[in-house]
Amino acid sequence: MVEFWWSYIWPLIVMVAQSLLLLVLLLITIAYILLADRKIWAAVQMRRGPNVVGPWGLLQSFADLLKFVLKEPTIPAGANKGVFLLAPLVTCTLALAAWAVIPVNAGWVIADINVGILYVFAISSLGVYGIIMAGWASNSKYPFLAALRSAAQMVSYEVSIGFVIITVLLCAGSLKLSAIVAAQNGAYGMFSWYWLPLLPMFVVFFVSALAETNRPPFDLVEAESELVAGFMVEYGSTPYMLFMLGEYVAIGTMCAMGTILFLGGWLPPFQVAPFTWVPGVIWFVLKAFFMFFLFAMAKAIVPRYRYDQLMRLGWKVFLPISLAMVVIVAAVLQFGGAVLK
Amino acid sequence: MILSALFFYLFASICVASAFMVIAAKNPVHSVLFLILAFVNAAGLFVLLGAEFLAMILVVVYVGAVAVLFLFVVMMLDVDFAELRQGFLQYLPVGGLVGVIFLAELLLVVGSWAIGPGIPTTITAKIPTDIPNTQALGLVLYTRYVYYFEAAGVVLLVAMIGAIVLTLRHKPNVKRQNTSDQVARTKETAIEIRHVQPGQGL
Repeated sequence: MVEFWWSYIWPLIVMVAQSLLLLVLLLITIAYILLADRKIWAAVQMRRGPNVVGPWGLLQSFADLLKFVLKEPTIPAGANKGVFLLAPLVTCTLALAAWAVIPVNAGWVIADINVGILYVFAISSLGVYGIIMAGWASNSKYPFLAALRSAAQMVSYEVSIGFVIITVLLCAGSLKLSAIVAAQNGAYGMFSWYWLPLLPMFVVFFVSALAETNRPPFDLVEAESELVAGFMVEYGSTPYMLFMLGEYVAIGTMCAMGTILFLGGWLPPFQVAPFTWVPGVIWFVLKAFFMFFLFAMAKAIVPRYRYDQLMRLGWKVFLPISLAMVVIVAAVLQFGGAVLK
Repeated sequence: MILSALFFYLFASICVASAFMVIAAKNPVHSVLFLILAFVNAAGLFVLLGAEFLAMILVVVYVGAVAVLFLFVVMMLDVDFAELRQGFLQYLPVGGLVGVIFLAELLLVVGSWAIGPGIPTTITAKIPTDIPNTQALGLVLYTRYVYYFEAAGVVLLVAMIGAIVLTLRHKPNVKRQNTSDQVARTKETAIEIRHVQPGQGL
């Protein structure tokens, strides 16, 4: 019995506690990321943004949460009820599930699995199901058109993200997220992180991440000028909130992935005194926020793409660039690997 | 061990049940969704076997890409459910035959494994235990089976080119956008400045 306790029950309790801690911290961070998104957007347009609930509008996201939860959910008469309600749950759960393998500091991770990066890639590629299911189950033409667009968009940009990940893997030599961060711990501090050696790939990753998470300028899924509100037209109250939550968690995941793959994860910019005093988790959060700031600025200053331009960019520009970079990086590593290390 | 057995029965039962629902569901979209559930549970079984790379690739390729396109096509179809039900008895013998052949083959595989457990190991590559699964797979795939691997790649390439050739049509009267032409336009070629006298017009 004692052995059973220590080998099964105790690890389970620890795991559940870790997961809950991460979940709560993540959701609070998402609440403030949402606020930051609106504030940055407002600042670029010389508005004030949300500033009524709490000091400087700090409690705005929680007020929104309350509003959504207290509203009555409506299901359209012609909708496919089961799938209609399953769709927001799928979106939100999948987005949160990706965080199980993301390390925020050396050893600070729930499951440091061998194929961590493939896991995140797989989970984020499943995200499209929430949107397709919502679009189809709503039984209405705008959501359906949006879902079709989105399926094509997300599948297209996944291809280039896949190749970007492959170039990083070639350099790091591991699929483990913590090993990828450790591989960036070079002699030149922040200049050894992969954003500089793989700069074109960093740009491709950033733009593809915008497209993959349906952020402006690639938010054709919910292009309100043509599709009302895209696949979410028929949703309201809590199901709608779950979509928004899933979307922002997915954005957070992409920021974390960018941090891990290109910005050296929890490593300090230079391995010298004042930088090394700061705990790794702070560096991680700062870098992830920097990535998010770029996301928010892209939303604020870039006009929306047209759909055919989006497809052209994905298939005719990014795919050849990333394919060529895979070959180039592999060749450089094979024939000149010693120079890079 | 108890835990892994528990998870095995969980994944296996959901997998079998959802595979049954794929053929039992009335709505084709529901069928595809159950197919996806079956794929994900099969990936769970792979993880239990220690084949984490295969599990993730199954999810990325089949669930993340193939099944999305599948769902895409099924949703676009204008399906008449009554018509779909009609042919059931007509196709039953053919379907039954395929099922019986498949079952017999499965029994043969399991039977050979039960009679002589050593037989499969003589024709397969050794499974190394000291390196990660992804590395082990790569070491075998790119050395011992490299020709099969490349041949599979060529087959896929041919299939892709075939699909493109079948669907590519050159219509003569379609206006296409040429981005480099658009970018190369200058002020001189794009606009014409006329000085209009008041009250006269052009």
